[in-house]
Amino acid sequence: MKKLLTVSLLGLAVAAASSAQARDYDNVRIGVDVPYEPMEYRTAEGELTGFDIDLGNALCERIGVTCEWVEQEWDGIIPGLMSRNYDAIMSSMTINDERRQQVLFSDPYITMPSAWFAPSSLGISEANEETLAGKTIGVQRGTLQDNYVTDNFSSVAEISRYSTADDMVLDMEAQRLDIVFLDFPIGQSTLLESEEAEYVVVGERISEPKEYFGDGFGIAFRQRDEALAEQFNEALAELQEDGTYDEIYARYFGEE
Amino acid sequence: MHGYKNVTTPALGGSDMLDISAWFNDLLADNLIFTPTTRGYYWEGLVTTTQLVFLSLVAGLILAVPLAIMRSSKHKWISLPVYLYTYVFRGTPLLIQLYIIYYGVAFIDGIQETFLWPVLREAFYPALIAFTLNTAAYTTEIFRGAIKATSKGEIEAARAYGMSQNLMMRRTILPSAFRRALPAYGNEVIFMLHASAIASVVTLMDLTGAARFVYARFYAPFDAFLFVAAIYLCLTFAILYFFRFLEKKLLDHLRPQNS
Repeated sequence: MKKLLTVSLLGLAVAAASSAQARDYDNVRIGVDVPYEPMEYRTAEGELTGFDIDLGNALCERIGVTCEWVEQEWDGIIPGLMSRNYDAIMSSMTINDERRQQVLFSDPYITMPSAWFAPSSLGISEANEETLAGKTIGVQRGTLQDNYVTDNFSSVAEISRYSTADDMVLDMEAQRLDIVFLDFPIGQSTLLESEEAEYVVVGERISEPKEYFGDGFGIAFRQRDEALAEQFNEALAELQEDGTYDEIYARYFGEE
Repeated sequence: MHGYKNVTTPALGGSDMLDISAWFNDLLADNLIFTPTTRGYYWEGLVTTTQLVFLSLVAGLILAVPLAIMRSSKHKWISLPVYLYTYVFRGTPLLIQLYIIYYGVAFIDGIQETFLWPVLREAFYPALIAFTLNTAAYTTEIFRGAIKATSKGEIEAARAYGMSQNLMMRRTILPSAFRRALPAYGNEVIFMLHASAIASVVTLMDLTGAARFVYARFYAPFDAFLFVAAIYLCLTFAILYFFRFLEKKLLDHLRPQNS
């Protein structure tokens, strides 16, 4: 046991020494918060799939590295990158200034609005301070939706924060939540297509102000891994050029 | 709040309370994380954690006394159901019990229409129920052990006085058993405080929930978690000293006499 400890401490020291330099990767570990349908989720057979997963694998293939997906709950996903549990995050992460201070983003690979979802029985057509007064709002902890709702509605409404989008949908079905705020396609595939109850989108899809809603989804890297980010950017441009990107997009969002 | 910033620092020992709050505000002035909002969350968390732990301990204690007496009964049909209860609740993780009571119960058909729903709808009460049932199970076993360990001499003395079974339980066995159980029960109280950290998985804003919020929003694990760790430490020490004080009072007769 003692020996093991010494060896692992030595390993840590070596890792710390080498981590000061950016290095070349043969194997890129990518952190992802599952499930977040249709961006990342598991099929009935337990296989990891989704837009992020397919695009990520295609990018890795183009770069010529192997990809390994590491599952991590959302609220610890950036600290996990910092502590080297994985080398990149590809998990529907919106690019914004707050996060830019922590991580290095690739070019945006998709843009996606947020939206309010509620049971049709709630009977409001727009979400604002008056209609949400006294309501219970569900958000996923640490998301930009959490920040937006916390800063704008915490004085009038109650906010319930969940570790996973799944728990939130469960509580929505259990009628503990009046309304939830999340990425539009995720609400579309988990709530609008739900058989439990009838849900509707309340108001317009929201992607302003930029301060909260940022510039689309990006792949996050550690600040010093500029070379790796550059490789991903080049590969992304190539995939968008040769039609692979459109093919993957159509697989999850239909033709547009 | 920022008005204090320009006040010249008075000499140490100034009697004005404002000095301290001015000093405090100065300390936090350039801080991004401990803003009035997050301090509000931490305070809310402290209140929730204290309420949850205190209420579940009181309710658990009230439940545990009769259960412990039943558990030490000679009759199988009285002791067995209690044994099953403590076996199940001590044999499964508290987190699982909380998930079942919070998420599971909500999916019982028609529960939303019953009078129970307004209570079960809030995250607080399912958590309180889970914590109460859990601590009651452990406390029952602690008391039962203490009841079992009552010395023969005490029971024989009570019988010699002609006490009935009930009177003997009330006047002899329980008072002496509670004293013996005190150190073990003190540990259970501390365990309960620490176990309450899981309350944030059901959306409760307890101390850990506040820390997780700050952690997720500012990506600052050290600031967020070290601060709550310090609060938990303070609470633990308060509990520790309270029980040390009780033990000193109640177990005085067990200490060796000074000659």
